[in-house]
Amino acid sequence: MGAEDIQRQAPNVYRMKLLGATVVSVDSGSRTLKDAMNEALRDWATNVDSTYYIIGTVAGPHPYPQIVRDFQCIIGRETREQSLAQLGQLPDALVACVGGGSNAIGMFHPFLNDSSVAMYGVEAGGDGVETGRHAAPLSAGVPGVLHGNRTYLMTDSGGQIMETHSVSAGLDYPGVGPEHAWLKDLKRVNYVNATDTEAMKAFHQLTRLEGIIPALESAHAVAYAMRLAATMAPEQSVVINLSGRGDKDIQTVAKLEGLTL
Amino acid sequence: MSRISEVSAVAAQQGRKLLIPYLVAGDPDLPTTLKLLHKLVADGADMIELGVPFSDPSSDGPVIQRGVERAIAGGTNLAKVLDLVAEFRLQNDSTPIVLMGYLNPVEIMGYEAFASRASDAGVDGVLIVDMPPSESSVLTPLLKGKHIDTIFLVAPTTTASRCAQIVANCSGYLYYVSLKGVTGAALLDTESVRLSIEKLRTMTDLPIVIGFGIKDAASARAMGALSEGVIIGSALVERIEKLPSDDTASAQQLAQVTEVIKTAREALDTL
Repeated sequence: MGAEDIQRQAPNVYRMKLLGATVVSVDSGSRTLKDAMNEALRDWATNVDSTYYIIGTVAGPHPYPQIVRDFQCIIGRETREQSLAQLGQLPDALVACVGGGSNAIGMFHPFLNDSSVAMYGVEAGGDGVETGRHAAPLSAGVPGVLHGNRTYLMTDSGGQIMETHSVSAGLDYPGVGPEHAWLKDLKRVNYVNATDTEAMKAFHQLTRLEGIIPALESAHAVAYAMRLAATMAPEQSVVINLSGRGDKDIQTVAKLEGLTL
Repeated sequence: MSRISEVSAVAAQQGRKLLIPYLVAGDPDLPTTLKLLHKLVADGADMIELGVPFSDPSSDGPVIQRGVERAIAGGTNLAKVLDLVAEFRLQNDSTPIVLMGYLNPVEIMGYEAFASRASDAGVDGVLIVDMPPSESSVLTPLLKGKHIDTIFLVAPTTTASRCAQIVANCSGYLYYVSLKGVTGAALLDTESVRLSIEKLRTMTDLPIVIGFGIKDAASARAMGALSEGVIIGSALVERIEKLPSDDTASAQQLAQVTEVIKTAREALDTL
């Protein structure tokens, strides 16, 4: 795990340790997810006889994006089943946040052939895509190659991977799963973004109005869904993928608001 | 015949082992790299692998990672590496230069632009660590059209069917990775390397050179005995790390850096 993310995700690190994991801090590069992925690949190459490489997102060399997608698809399959049971029909729109894109692909994939279902992948707009300080390669990146997959990347004119910015550690990645790049090119999924400020606002709103503290990642999806819902008819339905709980993020939020817990 | 094949053929005829140093272009700065290139040739290098700095060198160990970080901090990118090769060629028209790096900078420059600019600069071979043979069908022919070899890595874990695919796409020389791991690791198992090279010999006539983990005269000699030559990278970059930046290294300091290549040359020449 990137040293920066170990700081930002301290409660998750502690949970992993409680479960018996050894968490290795990565101090190279930007000290976030992409550098942790580099280090995991190096470790795997070194200890290939005794190590099984697993990854929690749909990026990386084939067949990992496919493996992770197939597992994550339980989200979309359940959504489909529950929509039919509760709404009597498929939802009109699906909204999920996209960092590497695992929760989003898991939600979207079982609906890809349902042309009536609109899909929105929400990237991290950071300070705003126009500032360059963001983590939105599908919105503002170009095709390139990183971690064994060709996809949209945030890269400079010399081909160096750029540092990303997002309030949410889980979205702070300069690439995105290659299947999302394909769905963007097919125009099957709409890739949009929400800024740090919008995500924070949505974090508070969902907490206050529903008593659900969303992860900062998922708060990006909530932020965009509220924007989207305002353009839809009252009888239409939107499913938001609340991909994570925000308990892990309350320290980050408090810190941003100048509070010490 | 490419410059790499010519040099290999002459070496084979003379019974000379190939010595191929690797260094990162722009580490600590581009003028120093240029001086090091000439000094390495003077100290016995037959060819040079020039590392193209990339922000995410996922096959490299800590020593080369730091070299890459220094080069990037100084603003070195693929275009500047090509300029460096062109400058080297003004004084040296015989030593093959192989660019070693990762695919993204080439993707962003564009395959055709890269092939033509590399050719204009005087590059002889290209080794892209994260370009598997199955994804090389566009770039390799473009390079071949410019008489540039595409070199691939074979690892201890590479299966026979994959080796067959690699040797079918590879030209110049075949780079055998001596160990499971990243550059600069240090666990050479001579016997397993010997067996792997024997198998590779049945599949290809390409010169086979060994890299990863060769750090001194003894390891160079051990691996040189099994192959057409050796690549020394991290052991050189580790010494480059001690150089001052801003093109201020003295001739004596440069000689201290390339000493490791000089002694490897002497060791290989005893074979």
